[in-house]
Amino acid sequence: MAVATADIERPKAKHKLLKMESWWGVLWIMPSLIAVMVFVYGFIGWTARVSVSAWKGLLADYTFVGDDNFAALASDPRFDIDIQNTIIFTIVFVLGCLFIGLGLAILLDKGIRGEGFYRSLFLFPMAISFIVTGVVWRWLMNPAQGDRLSGLNLLFDKMGLDFLINSWHGTPTWGIAAVALPAVWQMSGYTMALYLAGLRAVPDSLREAARVDGASEFQVYRKVVMPLIRPVTLSALIILGHISLKVFDLIIAMAGKQVALDVPAIYMWTTTFDGFFFGRGAAIGMVLLFSVAILVIPYLWYTLRQERDL
Amino acid sequence: MTTVAAKPGERRNWVHIPLIMMALFYLLPMFIMLNTGFKSFDEVSLRTMWNLPGGLSFDNFTAAWETLRPNFWNSLKIVIPAATISSILGSINGFVLAKWKFKGANIVFPVLLFGMFIPYQAILIPLVSFMSDIGLAGGTWGLVVVHVIYGIPITTLIFRNYYATIPETLLEAAKIDGAGIYSTYTKIMLPLAIPSFVVVYIWQFTSAWNDFLFAVVLTDTANWPVTVALNNLAGSQIIAWNVQMAASFIAAVPTLLIYIFLGRYFIRGMMSGALKE
Repeated sequence: MAVATADIERPKAKHKLLKMESWWGVLWIMPSLIAVMVFVYGFIGWTARVSVSAWKGLLADYTFVGDDNFAALASDPRFDIDIQNTIIFTIVFVLGCLFIGLGLAILLDKGIRGEGFYRSLFLFPMAISFIVTGVVWRWLMNPAQGDRLSGLNLLFDKMGLDFLINSWHGTPTWGIAAVALPAVWQMSGYTMALYLAGLRAVPDSLREAARVDGASEFQVYRKVVMPLIRPVTLSALIILGHISLKVFDLIIAMAGKQVALDVPAIYMWTTTFDGFFFGRGAAIGMVLLFSVAILVIPYLWYTLRQERDL
Repeated sequence: MTTVAAKPGERRNWVHIPLIMMALFYLLPMFIMLNTGFKSFDEVSLRTMWNLPGGLSFDNFTAAWETLRPNFWNSLKIVIPAATISSILGSINGFVLAKWKFKGANIVFPVLLFGMFIPYQAILIPLVSFMSDIGLAGGTWGLVVVHVIYGIPITTLIFRNYYATIPETLLEAAKIDGAGIYSTYTKIMLPLAIPSFVVVYIWQFTSAWNDFLFAVVLTDTANWPVTVALNNLAGSQIIAWNVQMAASFIAAVPTLLIYIFLGRYFIRGMMSGALKE
């Protein structure tokens, strides 16, 4: 009898103990959780409050003005330029990275000699700051013409590729596309690494089977490999897309604060910290946050759910 | 086996042509930084920027180092404590979320993770006023705090994914032996997690070193890290372009060295940013 009760009771006791123990976990993670709750979520709430306030100038002014700041942005010609620039930048940057990344990954996936060397070389720009990249590319993309030709334009001239000579980020409207090139330089290796990991996860037997069925090497990729690595493309799209929405340092280092190359992140910075239009700056911050959240939250949800299902 | 035989070496050699061309593209900025850097002052000219230097000169590097030196030390003063504290916090959080789960841990994790994707413009105004209120704006310590806090998501993620691979049986064995959270963490998990410490440390080192946005709003001129100083001298009309090139190289050296010697770990940290192993 006594043995029986002990048997019945033990799991209960264990459960209680486990519960107590798990509280230690909560306690251990608490400092970080509080820090993130304050610095991420609390500050987002605070920014949201500023974005609906009349705060202009050095003294905080929380007078509620509704969506005035957002409405002003919607009719602000500078913000139109920002959106247009973000779209052009995103298209050139994301497509450039995906195309080069996938191409390099397919080439490296063939199991060639020196693969490790190439891989390290293509990835090294990731270790460098956007500021360094921007300063160097600013001189590579020097738009000066004629006698003062320099940088890549000078190189094109020497190689007889004169038709490639252009004014880079000095080009009206499309100048921002030139700024996307150094960004592609920096992030395409990363895209390659994502694709390479994806390609390596495709079982050889599948490709082999397709080859046996008489598929050409191109068809093997087109029909067998590509559909299987579609999730990689989706991840890359989201990661690169959210980077391009946030682009800031690279443009500052390449071109300073020119209105022609303005993006929301720069507008927020200059209007807030140079112009003291805090309400407007906060509104831009919120717009940026929403556009990133639309991309990232479904991705987070999907990835973590998939992980749990495994 | 048969695959290798079916694809003889010479059939794949063409692959090197596009790869080498791309390699040249990736090396181009490095080449121009070093090529310009090693020229003497009177050799430097925009018209001859692609010509190789006549001899090895350090004029540009000396001049660049003279201006950047204090900022270089500022960067180290920010980055070393930030990376160290980040690694410790990340390892604790990752351990709890992977191996000492509590009710709600599955909600806490994505709540933390979202923090690594936010555009910092959305928290910049409160951050600057909060940091000035508590007296941490202007100096290097404020930046340490900021890098540690905004580094919590990624460092937690890397450690959590690593701890998740440690077999549950090891933990149960420790529990049977009466180990509590503290001894399980220090005696079992910590020694196993050394590689993750390397990954997280160099990841945090690199991203804090390369940061510009936080530094530009939170430090005074005297405490500028190297990125802000570099951007400032590149924007000035006084500093010649050749010195800017040398300065860029100097600003890139620490993270490049890490990449060259510990690239494997750096890449692992980078891949986890896509939430992939």
